[in-house]
Amino acid sequence: MMASNYNAKEEDGHQPAAIGHGGAGTVKNKKPDNTAFKQQRLPAWQPILTAGTVLPAFFVIGLIFIPIGIGLFVTSNNIKELEVTSQLIVPCYNCSQSYSWNSTKPCTCSVPFSLDQPFESNVFMYYGLSNFYQNHRRYVKSRDDSQLNGDKASLKSPSKECEPYRTSDEKPIAPCGAIANSLFNDTLELYYIDPNGSRTAIPLVKKGIAWWTDKHVKFRNPGGNDNLTVVFQGTSKPVNWRKSVYELDPSDPDNNGFINEDFIVWMRTAALPTFRKLYRIIHKKPNMTPTLPLGRYILEVTYNYPVRSFEGRKRMILSTISWMGGKNPFLGIAYITVGSVCFFLGIVLLIIHHKYGNRNHSADIRS
Amino acid sequence: MEEWLNWSLRHLSLGLGVMYSLERPVQGQSSCPKDRLGRKRRTVVSSLTEDEELTEILKSYSSNKVTTTKYSFLSFIPKNLFEQLHRFANIYFIFLAALNFVPVVNAFQPEISIIPILLVLAVTAVKDLWEDYRKHKSDKFINGLVCEIYSRKRQMYVDQRWQDVHVGDFVRLSCNEIIPADMLLLYSSDPHGVCYIETANLDGETNLKQRQVVRDLPRQGSELTPENFHSRIECENPNNDLSRFRGFMEYPSKARVGLHNNNLLLRSCTIRNTETVIGIVVYAGHETKAMKNNNGPRYKRSKLERRLNVDVLWSVVLLVIMCLTAAIGHGLWLRNLKDTSFLIPDTTSPALSGFYLFWTMIIVLQVLIPISLYVSIEIVKLCQIFFIQNDVDFYNEYMDSRIQCRALNITEDLGQIQYVFSDKTGTLTENKMVFRRCTIAGVEYPHEENARRLEVYKEDEAMGCSHTLKSRASAKSLSCKSLSCNRSSVSLHTLTGHSEGEESPSPTLPQHSAFSSPMEKDIVPDPFLVQKLNCLSSPLFLLRDASMELTYIVDFFMALAICNTVVVSSPNQPRHVVPEVSRTPLKSLEDIKMLFQRFGLPRFSTLSPPHTTESPRSFTREEDKMLHLNPGAWSPPSEPGADELIYEAESPDEAALVHAARAYRCTLQGRSLERLLVELPGMGSLAVRLLHILPFDSTRKRMSVVVRHPLTNQVVVYTKGADSVIMDLAESPKGAEQSDGRQGHIREQTQKHLDNYAREGLRTLCIAKKVQTSTEYDIWLKRHAFAETSIENREELLLESAQRLETNLTLLGATGIVDRLQEEVPETIEALQRAGVKVWVLTGDKQETAINIACACKLLRTTDQLLTANCDSKEACKALLLELRTEVERGEAAEGTSGFTLVVDGHTLDFALQEDLKGDFLELSRRCRAVVCCRSTPLQKSHVVQLVRDQLRVMTLAIGDGANDVSMIQVADVGIGISGQEGMQAVMSSDFAISRFKHLRKLLLVHGHWCYTRLANMILYFFYKNVMYVNLLFWYQFFCGFSGSVMTNSWVLIFFNLLFTSAPPLLYGILDKDVSADTLIKLPELYKSGQNSKAYLPSTFWLTMLDALYQSLVCFFIPYFAYAGSDADMLSFGSPINASALLIILLHQVIESRTLTWLHVLVLVGSALFYFSFTLVFSVVCVTCSPPTNPLGVDKLQMSQPLFYGVCALTTVLALLPRFLFHALRNSISPSDTLKAALMDQLNPDNYCRRMQHWNQTQAQSKARGLIINVEDLDIKIPDFILPKELKECRAATGSVLS
Repeated sequence: MMASNYNAKEEDGHQPAAIGHGGAGTVKNKKPDNTAFKQQRLPAWQPILTAGTVLPAFFVIGLIFIPIGIGLFVTSNNIKELEVTSQLIVPCYNCSQSYSWNSTKPCTCSVPFSLDQPFESNVFMYYGLSNFYQNHRRYVKSRDDSQLNGDKASLKSPSKECEPYRTSDEKPIAPCGAIANSLFNDTLELYYIDPNGSRTAIPLVKKGIAWWTDKHVKFRNPGGNDNLTVVFQGTSKPVNWRKSVYELDPSDPDNNGFINEDFIVWMRTAALPTFRKLYRIIHKKPNMTPTLPLGRYILEVTYNYPVRSFEGRKRMILSTISWMGGKNPFLGIAYITVGSVCFFLGIVLLIIHHKYGNRNHSADIRS
Repeated sequence: MEEWLNWSLRHLSLGLGVMYSLERPVQGQSSCPKDRLGRKRRTVVSSLTEDEELTEILKSYSSNKVTTTKYSFLSFIPKNLFEQLHRFANIYFIFLAALNFVPVVNAFQPEISIIPILLVLAVTAVKDLWEDYRKHKSDKFINGLVCEIYSRKRQMYVDQRWQDVHVGDFVRLSCNEIIPADMLLLYSSDPHGVCYIETANLDGETNLKQRQVVRDLPRQGSELTPENFHSRIECENPNNDLSRFRGFMEYPSKARVGLHNNNLLLRSCTIRNTETVIGIVVYAGHETKAMKNNNGPRYKRSKLERRLNVDVLWSVVLLVIMCLTAAIGHGLWLRNLKDTSFLIPDTTSPALSGFYLFWTMIIVLQVLIPISLYVSIEIVKLCQIFFIQNDVDFYNEYMDSRIQCRALNITEDLGQIQYVFSDKTGTLTENKMVFRRCTIAGVEYPHEENARRLEVYKEDEAMGCSHTLKSRASAKSLSCKSLSCNRSSVSLHTLTGHSEGEESPSPTLPQHSAFSSPMEKDIVPDPFLVQKLNCLSSPLFLLRDASMELTYIVDFFMALAICNTVVVSSPNQPRHVVPEVSRTPLKSLEDIKMLFQRFGLPRFSTLSPPHTTESPRSFTREEDKMLHLNPGAWSPPSEPGADELIYEAESPDEAALVHAARAYRCTLQGRSLERLLVELPGMGSLAVRLLHILPFDSTRKRMSVVVRHPLTNQVVVYTKGADSVIMDLAESPKGAEQSDGRQGHIREQTQKHLDNYAREGLRTLCIAKKVQTSTEYDIWLKRHAFAETSIENREELLLESAQRLETNLTLLGATGIVDRLQEEVPETIEALQRAGVKVWVLTGDKQETAINIACACKLLRTTDQLLTANCDSKEACKALLLELRTEVERGEAAEGTSGFTLVVDGHTLDFALQEDLKGDFLELSRRCRAVVCCRSTPLQKSHVVQLVRDQLRVMTLAIGDGANDVSMIQVADVGIGISGQEGMQAVMSSDFAISRFKHLRKLLLVHGHWCYTRLANMILYFFYKNVMYVNLLFWYQFFCGFSGSVMTNSWVLIFFNLLFTSAPPLLYGILDKDVSADTLIKLPELYKSGQNSKAYLPSTFWLTMLDALYQSLVCFFIPYFAYAGSDADMLSFGSPINASALLIILLHQVIESRTLTWLHVLVLVGSALFYFSFTLVFSVVCVTCSPPTNPLGVDKLQMSQPLFYGVCALTTVLALLPRFLFHALRNSISPSDTLKAALMDQLNPDNYCRRMQHWNQTQAQSKARGLIINVEDLDIKIPDFILPKELKECRAATGSVLS
């Protein structure tokens, strides 16, 4: 402070020519500007929260939230959802007991279930896993986004984060990392049992289940979509996989390799240890018949994926969706509750306002 | 704007750079190799010398090149980094960043965790660099200034740059040039070998100081020729004492002559009024006294900051607990995990993994430690200081000065002051000394007209002040508040004032005549004294009529005129040099000589009775009449030119006395080194030979001049000083016997008058003289010369020499100088007391004067009981303290008194401050409403402050204006200097410098209150914000196996605190205003909330923490339940959590804010928009970046879904509900005083006035109730008729505003 002051003064002292007693005229006026900002008099809104002033807010919140809550609740109730837990059924239970990553022979089982009411509009078919910590820090890290984005250099030498699923047999793994390695590989098929006993396979659409950005931007096959076999030459498949990445869907080059949608969906790690992932879509039929009429169904499972080791569970979920997503009554109930509480508090505040509001106007001060 | 930016950056850096600058070694100290060898002196010879050894020595001294920069081009990066790493905050950041590079614990990509530290380091480095560059530029400018140095080669003075000036060089300077280095004055174009310098650059004092050519230097006819200079100069090593310089000069003839401070020209001062001077450089560059006085900024730690540090520690504890929880949880989770088939195979034991995770969590939750808070606090304080400095109410038009904030980090301490220690002179009073009355030879001259004149000035000033206030107030829309008070003050003054009220005071006075405002100059003489003096000049004057009294009077005024160090100048002629030829006196000199010779005789023959009304023979009737009707017309001395004489004195007392003498036509007309020109009535101008000046010092408490009397040719000593000292010295045993009658009588009478003066609150000075015989004088002169030339302990020798001379004095009389109270001092003190601040006055004045001033400034009320403590021994003191305490205790129980005021004198204070009595003293003083310490020394002042501060653990503030207050100012928590008449020492050592005492009111009550509440609230908000946000991440750990995962993109996570939510709290800390300034001024009680730290109690802290915990729970679990079991991925889950956290944090601030301006709206909306646009853009463009939390498509998709908004809305409302409700309920059921005041602010003016009075009334009543005053008393104390009148005024004011 002193140093700069002193220097500044010397500079100042040298410049003005008028020296002596008459020099007062040249002295700069130091009077601060009398502006609203500098004098801290900016026009301001002063919200003082008292019972009287916040009353309307509580009522307004109550009045807005309760209808929203009811709306959400009704919407959620209109969503039809069915959950099938495969392990509960004996054949599948056996599969789950005996199956491990090393098994070579797939185990198949079928789970019968029935719908009490027909599912109209598009039906989304999910598989669910529980106690699967897809959000574990080291698991989440174990991927190479540039490899998945089609970067050829990363294809040949994947990121270190993929360790220990980075190379196998001295060859880089494509796709590398723990997430890809643990890809869900059960095959689910759905059959409608006609009242006459015949089985009709329900067409399951496997495209359109991944995010558009993931499918078109984030995930890319190296060197475009042609001749994936050549492109992936010199790489190795993930250790737990039975087939290479370019064999995920040989029938459709647009759904093969890194841009296979089942793969993409799996790669988007779930937020919580119990999660579901979109598996197939059952499109609405053009005529008036429901997408899934009520009746009996059979879920055919090709059991590949072991979950017993970590006490996990597998589920299959059929659900319609609404504007607010899947079935979840919580939000509706929460809205109604909060709205009611606010309304109630509004009434309490009204009473308090009547009791204390007037006292406030006498400026007595506690001694 | 740019100016402000520069300013703020400089200050910011000062705040940040404090630690370094304190550690910075004083440059130049170690640069002289001789110093290290323990050499105590330096030798300087002419740089033209041929002697190689001496040239070597000269080279070892530092050159005149100054570098105040910290860095050079190359050293910047390492040095700056090194300095920054000294800060704890940076270490923490770097530790975290480094931790992130350890693979087993890293939480984010390594490069992300470097961002915060890089940002902080870069900002600081850029700012340091910029500031250093400015310094460099100014250094370069200064080093490049040009001055004339004698060159051996060319045998003449040549222009050289300042940086090329070396010790031993001869420098020639002309008028108005700045001195480049400390030099010894060898030649001055002035025939008497003096030159004048202005030290404003050094200490801010604008009066001229006289410097003298080294004595006995062989006089050259023309300029000094450097070649012929072969003397050797020995002087002390460089030091920072501006007022001391010791050394001697040894001539080739080995004769020595002493060197004083008087011979030294200091760097950065300006030569004035002297054509040419030549000097030899003795100290250059960093060794000059000016540079040695460049201290770094002051650094104090505020109370709030200490409190804050405790809570930061709590945050650390919280962090450790959270990390431990996660670590243990992780260990347990791993152990229970049967087979980690889907995980990465890991052989580390669960315990070790837990340990690793602990560190990971420290990185993840690092935000919990509000390190950014420290930077934010510094920015906020800077802005607060900016507002304080720009407050137009602190602007002083006369001095054209604003408040100076010298300490940058204790603004909030202003809001917590509990004790104020004030100096009296110059602090409570104007320190504008005005001659009021005098007593000569035992006769009192009351100067009634003079007293009346002073009244008139007071009104003028009051009127002028209220004029400006009124005009300002009317510009305001809601002006009732300020207008009403002005009205009342105006009406009060118009009661006493008459016609003069219309006069407007001259708006600006030139700064140079600070001591000579008309009030001080135009003294109205006392008619009786004039009559007596007129005898001298009247043609009918006869010697036989001349009484002894007249000689006393003439000597008295002679002493007033010459016993000083006043510099005389006039605008057209810079200096009044004594003309060698004195004019023919009007009177025959012989007569007067005889008169004085008779007085000079030791025996006094006649004794004129006091106040014998000598018939005014010499006056004609007309003259007499004129004198009484228009006293002012008489006073100006005869010639019109003399009217323009300007006296520049070192102390205002001196100027006052010279002006007083001048009013009696004893005019000091000129001064040179050896001669004084004095005009005496009836005798014309007389040249007085000045033999010695024994300057004033605080030990002797007097000054003397030794002159050869122009008429009698005797050596006469005139002494003036404090009454206690002079009275003792005048009482010589020998003199007492001889001058039994006359002197004894005078002493007795004078003492009586002095006591009267003191009671009136006047400053008293005694005037005495002594006639020396030539033999006596010769003996004294020899020893004095010896004292002057010695280097070692010269001060002591000089002191002793002076004391030897000042004995056996003849008392002439005494003067009473009035030092008027500054405007609005009583109001300010009353407001401070209402605010719960205890005011102590510590003064060096006499007890009577002190009590009187205390009464005048309403420190002491008429209802107060006065306790005085004067004792001579420790035992007595102890007994007295106990006695007084019981008295106070009795008084507290009894009725009728409103409080006690303790008056302690310096002697008693000495005992009371001793270890075993200080407890009793404190206990007593704590119960008193006010304490006045009189006759106290500077050291005692600081001891008192220290005692109260340390023992009572209270916030103290010391305010003073003079050098004697410096130690007190430094000791107190907040030191305030008043930039007034007595130099700048107090200001230099203060934290804040104001120009008037009344500014203290707004500084404390308004700015202090604001700064404290703003900062306290901002700090709490910061803690809240961090805990709230960090807990979201913590809750997630329960659902990811305590693995340290985060559900947010790491960039967003890092930026959340750094960018998205950093600006609003800053604005909150800078602009929030709980109560308007007007209301704060009017209701000083509101200050108590700051004193009791109401805004930031430990309970508030924990309540805030709890609220943060609740909010984070809501903010996490509502999205959790909304998304549970769905197909949401991690980032999609984190997106609504983050968004609602942002909304909650911003809206929380809206709830907490007491004011919202368009700036708030701008910043709040801006922050929200910034967040949303950042995440949106990021989620579109970031394809493979920032693994593993690549945000591609996440937020874009989320923000297109209604569920996102549904979750955000619910979360935000539910999270803020309790706080919202809490505020509403508390404000309705038991509102705080601050809130009531804020409510009052919102009323319309009419209601506001009524409410304000109601408040003040209840305040007074509650106070009265508390003290159990009789009802009858109460009725008298609070007269009802006052209130309606004020109300009427207030209404009238509002009416005029509204219409």
